[in-house]
Amino acid sequence: MPTGLIGRGLAIAVLGAARIAAADTIYVSNEKDNTITIVDGATLAPVKTIAVGQRPRGIVLSKDAKSLYICASDSDHIEVLDLSSDEIARTLPSGPDPEFFALDPAGKTLYIANEDSNLVTVVDVDRGEVVTEIAVGVEPEGMGISPDGKYLVNTSETTNMAHVIDTATRQVVANVLVDSRPRRAEWTADGAQFWVSAEIGGTVSVVDAAKREIVKRITFAVPGVPAEAIQPVGIAITRDHKLAFVALGPANRVAVIDAQSYEVIKYLLVGQRVWSLAFNPEQSRVYTTNGVSNDISVIDVASLKVIKSVPVGQLPWGVVSRP
Amino acid sequence: MLPLVFVLVAALSSAAARAGEETVRIGWLSQAVQRSLPLSYLDQPPQDEGIQGARLGIADNETTGHFTGQSFALVESIVPENGEVSTGFHELAAKGIRLIVTDLAAPELLGVADVPEATSVTFFDTAAADDRLRGEDCRANILHLLPSRAMLADALVQYLVAKRWRDLLLVVGHGEGDREFAADIRHAAQKFQAHIVQEKSWTFVPGARRTDTGHFAIQAEVARFTQGITYDVLVVADEADAFGDYLSYRTFDPRPVAGTQGLVPSAWARPHEQWGATQLQERFLRQAKRWMTDRDYAAWMAVRAIGEAATRSKSADPGAILSLMHSDRFELAAYKGARLSFRSWDGQLRQPVLLADARSLVSVSPQPGFLHQFSELDTLGIDKPETKCRPG
Repeated sequence: MPTGLIGRGLAIAVLGAARIAAADTIYVSNEKDNTITIVDGATLAPVKTIAVGQRPRGIVLSKDAKSLYICASDSDHIEVLDLSSDEIARTLPSGPDPEFFALDPAGKTLYIANEDSNLVTVVDVDRGEVVTEIAVGVEPEGMGISPDGKYLVNTSETTNMAHVIDTATRQVVANVLVDSRPRRAEWTADGAQFWVSAEIGGTVSVVDAAKREIVKRITFAVPGVPAEAIQPVGIAITRDHKLAFVALGPANRVAVIDAQSYEVIKYLLVGQRVWSLAFNPEQSRVYTTNGVSNDISVIDVASLKVIKSVPVGQLPWGVVSRP
Repeated sequence: MLPLVFVLVAALSSAAARAGEETVRIGWLSQAVQRSLPLSYLDQPPQDEGIQGARLGIADNETTGHFTGQSFALVESIVPENGEVSTGFHELAAKGIRLIVTDLAAPELLGVADVPEATSVTFFDTAAADDRLRGEDCRANILHLLPSRAMLADALVQYLVAKRWRDLLLVVGHGEGDREFAADIRHAAQKFQAHIVQEKSWTFVPGARRTDTGHFAIQAEVARFTQGITYDVLVVADEADAFGDYLSYRTFDPRPVAGTQGLVPSAWARPHEQWGATQLQERFLRQAKRWMTDRDYAAWMAVRAIGEAATRSKSADPGAILSLMHSDRFELAAYKGARLSFRSWDGQLRQPVLLADARSLVSVSPQPGFLHQFSELDTLGIDKPETKCRPG
């Protein structure tokens, strides 16, 4: 008996070491074929495909990393995927056409952009109920919640604004006019700034979160790529606020930006129509969903090189990495 | 002298008092015209075409205005068929409206744009695709929201060339627009290296479509009409929809049909749902209870362009709105994956052109590989060096 116990302990220790080396698990939503692809972060090979609701787009991990919330846009609800059984455990109400959402830092509240109805729906995750709705601009899209959970930034694609919403009062407290068709709003880890991408404007606006003013408008130019094809969407900023990555859509590039000087350091060639970005837990990699080439690209943050592309389902949209 | 000064100041201060709630007033000028019925019974022209797009644009602007302290109003003037368009214009002008969206044919549009009171007015043309309005008959006070026929022809021929379907049979109807579109196809073929193997006028009068055996005659006639010609694609110019729908599946050789029927280049298309277009389609369906047409879309873009410029210039003043619209700060997002702006040389809105049939979006031009030194969108239509527009 005692030897058996030691043996099991050893096995666990070995497994643990392997996990530290690389092993995150990557989840990708495939908008067109209504599935989630699971990719093993160690081998970078797809391991499983799970059928989910219609048109899965935004995905976010629960704070305990045990569930994945999925915007099933055409099913008009949120699905909760249990990551131990890989089965849909339950659904949450979302309001019509949920595209993208944010989970508050406590993990209790989901803020959902209803693209088709100019609303942000607030859902209590545990109770599975809609708490309230907040009226915003035309076609709400991006959702970014401040690290302290006090403010939610919602972008509206046709109103061309970032709306700052006080999460306590659920009132819009400020509107920042940005460039055309704003997509994502991403906060810096210190809560001092949020960055807003504008797909048609072709820019990223860096907004001072306290003053609610644009401090820098970052522009992009890729030799040989027409200006119209540069359409910034996904943003990922490192915790140390040194680097930012911006997905440039049909330009098929990810821009690497010095997050202090706002200079573009490098353009990385990835798959076609690059859309969403996600770090792995150590932030040593960035994963990109490439909607037209149906794959994800893996960027090594230390060398700023694309090290692999992994085939997933059709029209990959969202991506998260689970420790 | 003194009283006059006093009145002016009073007017100014009352305007300032309402500064928090500025209203941008946009005119709508159209004429109710008896439309010719299309060949197909399925799609009858809607009575409220165009204006529904303008109304939706106002609703979208209002949502934004709610956050910026601006409001938007559409002042509608619809002239009856036998009425004078200039009367409708003077009504709007008398209300001090200087931004007018028009749904008028070229002669009526030029008629109002040339009256003396119109010099301080800008017209947003949402119905006339005529090349001459962007060329020899252009006016400094008209902007064009729909793609010109030349842009449509270029968009189609770029796609055919990209497919390597270079040999075209051109079939032309009797309308003035048909002849212009055919000329634009010839020009596009020359520009993009396609080849028009033969051009034929459609002269056959098939008689009543609804007679029980009408389709036999049509089938036989189209086969005869296209026999003995070697080509890749039949390109048809029939804007009135008088015969174009008779061509598909009835040609002697199995060849696709494109142009005004078949694969159609257009500003907007029912099957379009890329780049968030689904949202606009659904908003429009909810409001109008029918599908959005090209003219609805053009009117929506006109009102949105004004709204966008009002938001960016933070002003309800038509002068400030127009100066922003003509600056390089202006960009309009209109669900076609590109930022749209007005060409400085002819007032044409530069935009991608959709290529679609009745049920699916096939492609969007400009096609990859057709390069331009400034904007690839300017590979469609008349570019600056070749423009004949010299507004007085």
